[in-house]
Amino acid sequence: MANTLFDKIWDSHVVQHVEDGPEQLYIDRLYCHEVTSPQAFEGMRARGIKCFRPANIFCMPDHNTPTHDQDKPIEDPVSKTQVDTLAKNAEEFGLNHFGMLHPKNGIIHVVGPERGLSLPGMTIVCGDSHTSTHGAMGAVAFGIGTSEVEMVMASQCILQQKPKSMRINIEGTLRKGVTAKDIALYLMSKLTTSGATGYFVEYAGSAVRNLSMEGRLTLCNLSIEMGARGGFIAPDETTFEYIKGREYAPKGEEWEKAVTYWKTLKSGDDAIFDKELTFKAEDIEPMVTYGTNPGMGMGITESIPALDTVPEAGKASYLKSLDYMGFKPGKKLLGTPVDYVFLGACTNGRIEDFRAFASIVKGKKKADRVTAWLVPGSWMVSEQIKEEGLDKILEEAGFEIRQPGCSACLAMNDDKIPAGKLAVSTSNRNFEGRQGPGARTVLASPLVAAAAAVTGEITDPRTLINFEC
Amino acid sequence: MKQKFDIITSTCVPLPLENVDTDQIIPARFLKATTREESFFGENLFRDWRYNPDGTVNKDFVLNDPTYSGEILVAGKNFGSGSSREHAAWAIAGYGFRVVISSFFADIHKNNELNNFVLPVVVSEGFLAELFDSIKKDPKTEVEVNLPNQTVTNKATGKSEKFEINGYKKYCLMNALDDIDFLLENKDKTEAWERKAKA
Repeated sequence: MANTLFDKIWDSHVVQHVEDGPEQLYIDRLYCHEVTSPQAFEGMRARGIKCFRPANIFCMPDHNTPTHDQDKPIEDPVSKTQVDTLAKNAEEFGLNHFGMLHPKNGIIHVVGPERGLSLPGMTIVCGDSHTSTHGAMGAVAFGIGTSEVEMVMASQCILQQKPKSMRINIEGTLRKGVTAKDIALYLMSKLTTSGATGYFVEYAGSAVRNLSMEGRLTLCNLSIEMGARGGFIAPDETTFEYIKGREYAPKGEEWEKAVTYWKTLKSGDDAIFDKELTFKAEDIEPMVTYGTNPGMGMGITESIPALDTVPEAGKASYLKSLDYMGFKPGKKLLGTPVDYVFLGACTNGRIEDFRAFASIVKGKKKADRVTAWLVPGSWMVSEQIKEEGLDKILEEAGFEIRQPGCSACLAMNDDKIPAGKLAVSTSNRNFEGRQGPGARTVLASPLVAAAAAVTGEITDPRTLINFEC
Repeated sequence: MKQKFDIITSTCVPLPLENVDTDQIIPARFLKATTREESFFGENLFRDWRYNPDGTVNKDFVLNDPTYSGEILVAGKNFGSGSSREHAAWAIAGYGFRVVISSFFADIHKNNELNNFVLPVVVSEGFLAELFDSIKKDPKTEVEVNLPNQTVTNKATGKSEKFEINGYKKYCLMNALDDIDFLLENKDKTEAWERKAKA
């Protein structure tokens, strides 16, 4: 027996092994948003069936929601229909639904953990590749397609081949100005966007242990960008401390019982992984991407790799990518003018991300050339920003805080980066057109985004004075 | 769409790019549909590569080149990375592809193709490079994909390879059955698992 935490959680949820096929895996929690669920509900209706365990399903719109004037009807009629359809479906099938403006609404991967809905030891799925986020709670969480969403609605199960397991250790102490986002971008730059395909990743090592829950959520969120099905971190005191008292978390005696169980959730000392990698925290610097997939990243002071370092089969894609970005091999990005800055998304839309951003811009002014969109991941984050007075700091520096949603991460609402404009974005993907047709995206941490927002160019945040993180 | 899969022999559409992500296969702005009309998604397959920003047809893109056609899409490695959107598989199916050949697929997209009766065929890097070469030399190059035997054959060179698929999924594809049919039949086992888990 391999004795990894992944095995423990996965194996304990196997209902049956299908002969010469996948495993039937029981799912504890299904999250649904408005984009990848309507066809699943449609399928359920066509089959004339109800949800098998409706209480375990939580729905909320996030992709299409505008980040302003949410009290008014959504202007785009197609977006409005999709959001309204989710509300109608949730009602028809008797599911939990946190609609727009509901105090519990927000990006599904921000809301799940912050409400105590995603807990250690659970299996969690959603029709969204960033479901890996919830792995930070010590859960096996992964993104699925709409047919698979329908499977879970119909049976609370999914048929799935068990992925292989990988452990990635980050040992040592992160340097000043280096965040969980930089760890993830660093890993992608080393492993490429397919380096962990077929695997479920356990993140471990002292640098990972020392991450806050917010940092862990960011790291696990980006697992899919290395191709991994999911990524998780064994639960520990940091996890329990974070969960305690949250709305849907176990209470009283149930809490004690749960923690006793959660403490058993770790890989054995003799655990065998299909692959194990170790990196030094000290080797990581603030990261930026220069291409059109998240694996095309480098330290902020480095230069874009020369063409002769790229394998032959990948050269056409590499040149297409740099051509789209308007960048040249061998050049540095430091000093490149920036048009847009986006702080938010399921990757970096949490309170700690806003604190980091505020720590840089405090006492400074937004650069005139920059349009900045600061979008909290949920109404809870939005409230925290106000409680901590971050809104004042940000407003004084010339920034405006918008209403929660996925926003410019994938530009399904109005928040589209115009064609040709360069955005420094804390989101998760720099694919062609991801933030709007023709938009050019540099992925980075909230610190790098803040530094760009006040200087108007790609800037190493470590050079700015009131640096606290 | 549920349809039986057996042996497909077809010419190919080559897309020799690596890391083709699902945002390219179907951009996010086309995900707003609330129904599963494959023709709608098919029309918007590779939308931003097929059309120029001003809406005119991009004649340089392979789908707009009448030299190439067929039911088989041949793509560079790491096809379908990124978002889990099944709309990408609907777009591929809706356009009329029944097979995608690559040396490497992203996990979620691969499952999405299988769940839509599009067969992802993983071949070696060498087979893929040779196939691109064959198609370049002769766009009428045919490939035979034989699901019962799990073989893929480049008919220009005669080169053949076995490909992997588990027995269950193969049975489903050959008999037009989907996973939900299976799961619904197995509810008693799910309930038994729940009772045991609660105990």
